[in-house]
Amino acid sequence: MKKKVLSAILSAVMVASLVAGCGEAAAPAPAAEPAAEPAAEAEAPEPAADVEEAAEEVAESEVAEEAAASGELITVGFAQVGHESDWRTASTKSAQDVFSEANGYELSFVDCDNDSAAQLEAVRAFIEQGVDYIIIDPIVSTGWDTVLTECDDAGIPVIVIDRTIDDSDKYVAWVGSDFEKEGKAAGEWLKAYAEKKGIKEINALIIQGTTGASAQIGRTNGFKAIADREGWNILDMQTGDFTEEGGQQVMESYCKSYEGKFNVVVCENDNEAFGAMTAMDNAGVKYGPGNDVVLISYDACKAALQNVLDGKISADFQCNPMGAPDVDNVIKTLASGGKPEASIIIPDNWYALEDAAVDFSVDGEPQTFTVVTADVVSSQLY
Amino acid sequence: MSTDSSSLWNKIKSWPLLLPVVALILVMALNILHDVAVGANPLSFFTITLNQTTSGGTILYGRIIDILNRGSEVAILALGMTLVVSSSAGTDISVGSVMSLSASFCCMLLAGFGVTSTNELRVPLIVGVLAAFAMGTLCGCFNGTLVAYFGIQPMVATLILFSAARAIGLLVCNNMIVYIRNATFGAFGAFTGPLPTPIIIAAICIAIVAVVLRKTSLGMYIQSVGINSKASRIAGLNSKRIIFLTYVICGFFAGVAGLVNSSRITSADSNNIGLYYEMDAILAVALGGNSLGGGKFNLAGSIIGAYTIQAITTTLYALGVSTDQAPVYKAIIVVIIVAIQAPPVRAFFRKRANAKAFGKEAAKA
Repeated sequence: MKKKVLSAILSAVMVASLVAGCGEAAAPAPAAEPAAEPAAEAEAPEPAADVEEAAEEVAESEVAEEAAASGELITVGFAQVGHESDWRTASTKSAQDVFSEANGYELSFVDCDNDSAAQLEAVRAFIEQGVDYIIIDPIVSTGWDTVLTECDDAGIPVIVIDRTIDDSDKYVAWVGSDFEKEGKAAGEWLKAYAEKKGIKEINALIIQGTTGASAQIGRTNGFKAIADREGWNILDMQTGDFTEEGGQQVMESYCKSYEGKFNVVVCENDNEAFGAMTAMDNAGVKYGPGNDVVLISYDACKAALQNVLDGKISADFQCNPMGAPDVDNVIKTLASGGKPEASIIIPDNWYALEDAAVDFSVDGEPQTFTVVTADVVSSQLY
Repeated sequence: MSTDSSSLWNKIKSWPLLLPVVALILVMALNILHDVAVGANPLSFFTITLNQTTSGGTILYGRIIDILNRGSEVAILALGMTLVVSSSAGTDISVGSVMSLSASFCCMLLAGFGVTSTNELRVPLIVGVLAAFAMGTLCGCFNGTLVAYFGIQPMVATLILFSAARAIGLLVCNNMIVYIRNATFGAFGAFTGPLPTPIIIAAICIAIVAVVLRKTSLGMYIQSVGINSKASRIAGLNSKRIIFLTYVICGFFAGVAGLVNSSRITSADSNNIGLYYEMDAILAVALGGNSLGGGKFNLAGSIIGAYTIQAITTTLYALGVSTDQAPVYKAIIVVIIVAIQAPPVRAFFRKRANAKAFGKEAAKA
């Protein structure tokens, strides 16, 4: 009887650890988790199984799992920032899709919920687990040297994605977006588009992102560089904090301050563009392809592409969250003994309708547009 | 004749709303200065016109309308906050997060769990609206129970929902922004005839609270509990229940504000709805000349305070102050407004005025 109870408790604990394992892959006991599964299953038809027997089974399957892991699957630990936006969720999904078992990977994913201390812990847990590669999307850009040195000592290559690490160079590569290029692309496209449409004078209003965010700085600087070169008139720049309400409020004010004086509106993300559209509707300003005001946006989320298709947003410049395929390439290069490039830019796409998809080049590099159709909208993942 | 005008002047001087109103006028006067300086029509800030929208509607259009429109949420929150401050000598810092949770809960019901973008409502609109109100009221009950019956300090008690409510909202929305691009849902943030609906909703809320406070003795009860809850209890008032009630009212209005804010953007952006609104609501109460130490309150002052905050924001936009500097100017204006209402400053001016009057009389003699 005692044994029965004991085995029941044991199996309960194993099932619990299995559930916990799914939720928090950071638990520093990687082999035990997969091992618990077959053991727990084996228990099911024979609830009276001996404790020793169960333990033996665990030990056996543990050995089997480990052999499988070292033999075929590449283990990857990913310390993600959190889940604060649709963009972030898309980035997580990209990693989960690419580092799947079907592709020969075993992914330990940790959502750090924007807590930088938790992120350091997660990386240390990865080292203890002895994963083959560690991917970090650093919440903060400093304070990394110690833990990256630990990774280095353990011989685990670190790949940084999206955000940057400023105080350490002990990682093999950074994979991310070039925000300044996105800003320049918007500027160069506007130049080409204005030439095609015969727009002589450009009076632009900019609704900026959250002050100090890397996307705000890069996109503002990129667009401004082109505007200064071409001698465009930037009437005003105010922040909409990357939110729809912010975009609404800033545009509402712009429509009154610069009534009839502007012909370009640049919103530094899609949510701000949604807000600006409402404000312009209320002010009776017509925008989009074929109208007086050119509306430019960044990020290219699904809802925004629908607006491009509906002829409201003139052009949308993507910030690609699908970084995992590039990380996959870095890992493959490392595995084959090669040396990957230190910084890899995820290729972004530029979206517009056929009519607005004019050719342009950024820093002498010709760019191609993705012409938005219903299929493009429905296949956009975020 | 001269005694008439001086008694009117005295009446104005003793009017409790004098300073809040002066502050509001000063903020708006900045715009006249600016418009004169740039050579524009000096009254352009105050001009209200009828404007054609792209969809063919006719709406009232002007900066004053913007202030009334955008200030609605803070004005609605300020109603509840005033009562909470008065009864419990503490603030409800959870209102911003509760706004977010109410909006998320409403949108989740309307769109269905896990749906991120929809044009159709899954349940009748009224269900979502009532759900938002109910969620706000529920959060108010939670806060009220902790403060009134468990005797926890208001800031500590409401700190729980301050941090938790927004997170629950994210959970409810499956960590996504839920877009409900539907005109009937957007109605609360759009226009009713020529008037922005948020103004109408704020007006209704203000009217209800004003009538209830006037026609019942609730207002007096709240003040007496705030001045001395023990004495009120001995006098036969159920102090705990009254404190509890003020938190419930505050939570309910947070739900209303959440619905308006989410309807404006026809989506539930859990991360951003109501962000820092608790601070604006508390500031509105303070700008209205109310003591944060509880007791006597002046509802009209809080409402004027709420619109003053929005007037500052709208003014900074209108002046084209660059966004990196805007918080600095905002802080300076707020410091000035709060300072002129501070007791030592008021006492100083009263003393000077008295000295002047005394000097005049001495000269006459």
